[in-house]
Amino acid sequence: MPEPVVAMRGIEIGFPGVKALDGVDFRLLPGEVHALMGENGAGKSTLIKALTGVYGLDGGTVTVRGEPAVFSGPAAAQAAGIATVYQEVNLCPNLSVAENILLGREPRRPVWQGGRIDRRGVRRRAGELLARLRLDVDPDSALGEHPLAVQQLVAIARAVDLEADVLILDEPTSSLDATEVAELFRIVRGLRADGVAVLFVSHFIDQVYEIADRVTILRNGRLVGEHLVAELPRLDMVAKMVGHELAVLADLDREPAAEVAGDPTVTPVLAARGIGRGGAIEPADLDVRPGEVVGLAGLLGSGRTELVRLLFGADRPDAGSLQVRGRPVRLRGPHAAVAEGIAFCSEDRKGEGVVGDLTVRDNIVLALQARRGWARRIPRRTADELVARWISALDIRPADPDALLRNLSGGNQQKCLLARWLITEPRLLILDEPTRGIDVGAKAQIQQLVAELAGDGLGVVFVSAELEEVVRLSDRVAVLRDRRKVGELPRADASVGRVMELIASGGGHLA
Amino acid sequence: MGTLRESLGERLRRSPLVLPAAALLVLLLVNVVVTPGFLALRVVDGHLFGSVVDILKNGAPTALIALGMTLVVATRGIDLSVGATVAIAGSVACTWIAGASDPTDPGTALVGIVLALGLALVLGAWNGLLVAAFGIQPIIATLVLMTAGRGLAMLITDGQIITVANPLFAELGGGFLLGLPVAVVVAAVMFAAVALLTRRTALGLLIESVGVNPTASRLSGVRARGIVWGGYVFAALCAGVAGLMISSNVTAADANNAGLWIELDAILAVVIGGTLLTGGRYSIGGTLLGALILQTLTTTVYTAGIPPEVSLVFKAAVIIVVFLLQAEKVRALLHRRRPVGERVATP
Amino acid sequence: MTATMPTGTTTPAASAARSRSWRPSRRLVPTLATFVLFVALFAGGSLRYDGFFSGQVLLNLFVDNAFLIVLAVGMTFVILTGGIDLSVGSVVALSGVLSAKLLAAGWAPVPVMLLVLVLGTALGLAMGAVIHYLDVQPFVVTLAGMFLARGLCYVVSVESIPIRDPLFTAFATGAVYLPGTELYVSPSVLVALAVVAIAAYVLACTRFGRGVYAVGGSSHSAMLMGLPVARIRVGVYAISGFCSALGGLLFAFYALSGYSLAAVGTELDAIAATVIGGTLLSGGVGLVAGSLLGVLVLGLIQTVISFEGTLSSWWTKIVIGVLLLAFVVLQRVIVRGGPR
Repeated sequence: MPEPVVAMRGIEIGFPGVKALDGVDFRLLPGEVHALMGENGAGKSTLIKALTGVYGLDGGTVTVRGEPAVFSGPAAAQAAGIATVYQEVNLCPNLSVAENILLGREPRRPVWQGGRIDRRGVRRRAGELLARLRLDVDPDSALGEHPLAVQQLVAIARAVDLEADVLILDEPTSSLDATEVAELFRIVRGLRADGVAVLFVSHFIDQVYEIADRVTILRNGRLVGEHLVAELPRLDMVAKMVGHELAVLADLDREPAAEVAGDPTVTPVLAARGIGRGGAIEPADLDVRPGEVVGLAGLLGSGRTELVRLLFGADRPDAGSLQVRGRPVRLRGPHAAVAEGIAFCSEDRKGEGVVGDLTVRDNIVLALQARRGWARRIPRRTADELVARWISALDIRPADPDALLRNLSGGNQQKCLLARWLITEPRLLILDEPTRGIDVGAKAQIQQLVAELAGDGLGVVFVSAELEEVVRLSDRVAVLRDRRKVGELPRADASVGRVMELIASGGGHLA
Repeated sequence: MGTLRESLGERLRRSPLVLPAAALLVLLLVNVVVTPGFLALRVVDGHLFGSVVDILKNGAPTALIALGMTLVVATRGIDLSVGATVAIAGSVACTWIAGASDPTDPGTALVGIVLALGLALVLGAWNGLLVAAFGIQPIIATLVLMTAGRGLAMLITDGQIITVANPLFAELGGGFLLGLPVAVVVAAVMFAAVALLTRRTALGLLIESVGVNPTASRLSGVRARGIVWGGYVFAALCAGVAGLMISSNVTAADANNAGLWIELDAILAVVIGGTLLTGGRYSIGGTLLGALILQTLTTTVYTAGIPPEVSLVFKAAVIIVVFLLQAEKVRALLHRRRPVGERVATP
Repeated sequence: MTATMPTGTTTPAASAARSRSWRPSRRLVPTLATFVLFVALFAGGSLRYDGFFSGQVLLNLFVDNAFLIVLAVGMTFVILTGGIDLSVGSVVALSGVLSAKLLAAGWAPVPVMLLVLVLGTALGLAMGAVIHYLDVQPFVVTLAGMFLARGLCYVVSVESIPIRDPLFTAFATGAVYLPGTELYVSPSVLVALAVVAIAAYVLACTRFGRGVYAVGGSSHSAMLMGLPVARIRVGVYAISGFCSALGGLLFAFYALSGYSLAAVGTELDAIAATVIGGTLLSGGVGLVAGSLLGVLVLGLIQTVISFEGTLSSWWTKIVIGVLLLAFVVLQRVIVRGGPR
């Protein structure tokens, strides 16, 4: 076995009240794609930040190419040949694509010519890199003008240009569609062939099996094991990640709400007619009946998020009408939707859901309090009872209503947001990618919860990028493509293959 | 993770009020040492007099403005225009009273006061419009009125200093109520009202929630715009009342100098009181302490015989020390080292 | 990465060729609007008042506002990173008072100038260090700096101190004639224009300059991209401090005295000029040339109001406020109109 290019031993990092990493070993060999797997809160991001010097170590050692290394930050790590591409695009939207690729290492004129940046050189070099990645992007255009997926690939172009022999990809695929993932993997394979060590973090098990050679699995800040991917069956990998046998996902075959699904005599909780918004979603119809789960399937940019935002009044529609329980309504904003008994969990949990500096209790009562109005405060005792009930019902950890929400893991934050809405006893629950970026255990719990809620007569709109999940949970699946609703499949006809056909029939994939 | 039960000492150390309270105590001690009779109170004609009363009275306008500023800052805003509002409120009231047929009539004074406060509310609504409805950054939105407002005040007074001789109007800044200066009573009532209102209703929670994450709050059904808007209107109202106090105290309106830089003092008071300019958690009590610290500092400089010219240097020094002690990084250095990094990127 | 990669179908030449088609960036719109406004104001003034349409009126805008131009340049650096510097007005006064005091005490002029520039830079450096390393908001830190500098002014001297040094008076009374004309500017104007040129070069053509834009676009990203964020953030405040001190010297040349109460509120003028010139207060977008235009527009408004005669001086403030509003709304429209 060749000498590891990166070796981390006994890494310890603590945050107030939490041991984020506890004696973790990790090694990365040249010319391999090494997957780092684990549930949310397992310590994957922390390990990467420990390697790149964003966090200081509380214990343990890092060696790079056999030499002990302590980096003062990403800049130092980069100088030592360790480049990182993050899940969130960390580029500057105000600068051009070319500048973003070359920022900080722009070609310069010789000193005797003033040493200034060679703008033509910048454009040429960036053009070459984009061409190598077969990205058809104008290097002079402002980065912010491009969709997120393109920005992500630009970030990879930037990393590729670094004279790096270690490339860290921190969940790079979460905003890419299938074609773009294939593009990315083609590039990654090329890099591996050149002897670059690629550290690949992903939640998508399929992708790990497609691209990775070895895998290191973490759980609760501890190392579970390091394996050759080819020798590790999928079920074993999942079991190692969650720590207990998990049959829940497979088991969830809920009884369909067949009696109401599509039954025109049952008044829908919400009926949308020709609702649309220019540039976001073409006018579409959608009915949701009590006890029914309506899935929205479509690729990134298909307009699924845009559609549900209109249903909640988060954005103003410029066409169409809405009926709530048979009564026409105009939603002048989220507060109006909340008053009508509609609840909405945004896909952007951190930006549009979590109120991080407030406690779990305050976060959970927020929507109910907003609906009651500022003058009618929920009495403290009532609030405590409600919060305690939902913390235990949803198994929120830590079960401490006074903990700040930002200190909870992603899955637990998501459960708090669900509690925030369930406490308002809504008639319609709109969930936009409620299971994205959270661990398998919490995912199963949330799916189970959705099934139960529908069983209790709640109407649910369920949006997810994972087609299997949508198909498994939904009574009906509405399919979107290119900002248009292209079809609706009843449960009997809905299969992943059928949905894919509908999505693919138009050809285009990304708006 | 501040989960759980901490010892009393731990909680005390974390409480944002400890530092400002300690600073105020130290300042008062310095005064007692320098001027032995500092804490002495005299009663003359049933009115309370003494250095402490002076501090309260002179600090009342700044404290009031800081009160309004606290709510604005809590919603991630800032209001630079309050100084201009002070000038405008004073100018309107004095110009009205001076121009009335009977400038000494109590009714005239009341109308003048109502006019001034009404205009202040309009100015606050204007700021709120720019920030909450148009989505313009608070610093720049209120900079507009800060720049233009003093010009407006000059326009109202025609560039003159307008003196008035109205007994009722003079009461506001110079009179006594229940043995205390009217200004102190008014400020105390407003502080108490805000403290009660934010504690006993859900207003406090909603304001904090909007300050921490406006988008998430809006999507939870909180009328975030209304709350932000209300903050600016209230801040302007406070500034209007403070403007009346200031002009009443000198029985004149000076459009050029009334309330000059008072917005900066108010912001300082808010920050010294432990409310972060980035919004979210706020402290009304902290703001009160902050305003008292600033006023005591000014008084100390005078009573300690330090040349008044140097007072600004002292102010700056104290501010710097308080800020440094508050800065999380410094606290971390003093207590125990914490990981660098993970500053959440604000959108 | 040294190995060859499969080359894609799009050649660099093709994509470069496609990028040649120039379209005016939306982000330049405010700066262009400022230019149009300037021309319109000047044309309007020329039509309305006798003696307005002259080269010297135009040049006097530079002469009267040379120090403000320098301040606005420093402010542009700071605002481009998303910060703000409230201390500049006080530093102008401090530089003036200190120069006057030292000259009166018999110091030679050149050491005085150097000392003032070093002090201004050091103050900026200190504020930048506190802002960056201690993570305190720029607004608060520079506010403290503002009080500190103003307070130090009073410590140096409460009274206004006249300056009689020959070099300073030479700067004050000197006139540089434009070749072949009767038109002239003061030497300070040349200094200010040199500052503008250097700043424009630094921002457009150096790694530091591009880093300033990057930090303003997203400080977090810039850090993760390995840019020297600390050097940049501290650096811009040092630059602003240097510009404030230099502006203070130019102001001293102009007024030939040092006075503690000088330049009160100048920070607001500098900020207003920068914003009117098209720099986004949230950072990342803006040009030094725009700030120069902003200063000229402010100066022109004052000139128009003084030509008008019947208008009181406070109208200047109101007009500047209205202009600020107009440009802020314009920027808002542009930012909102753009793609997310």
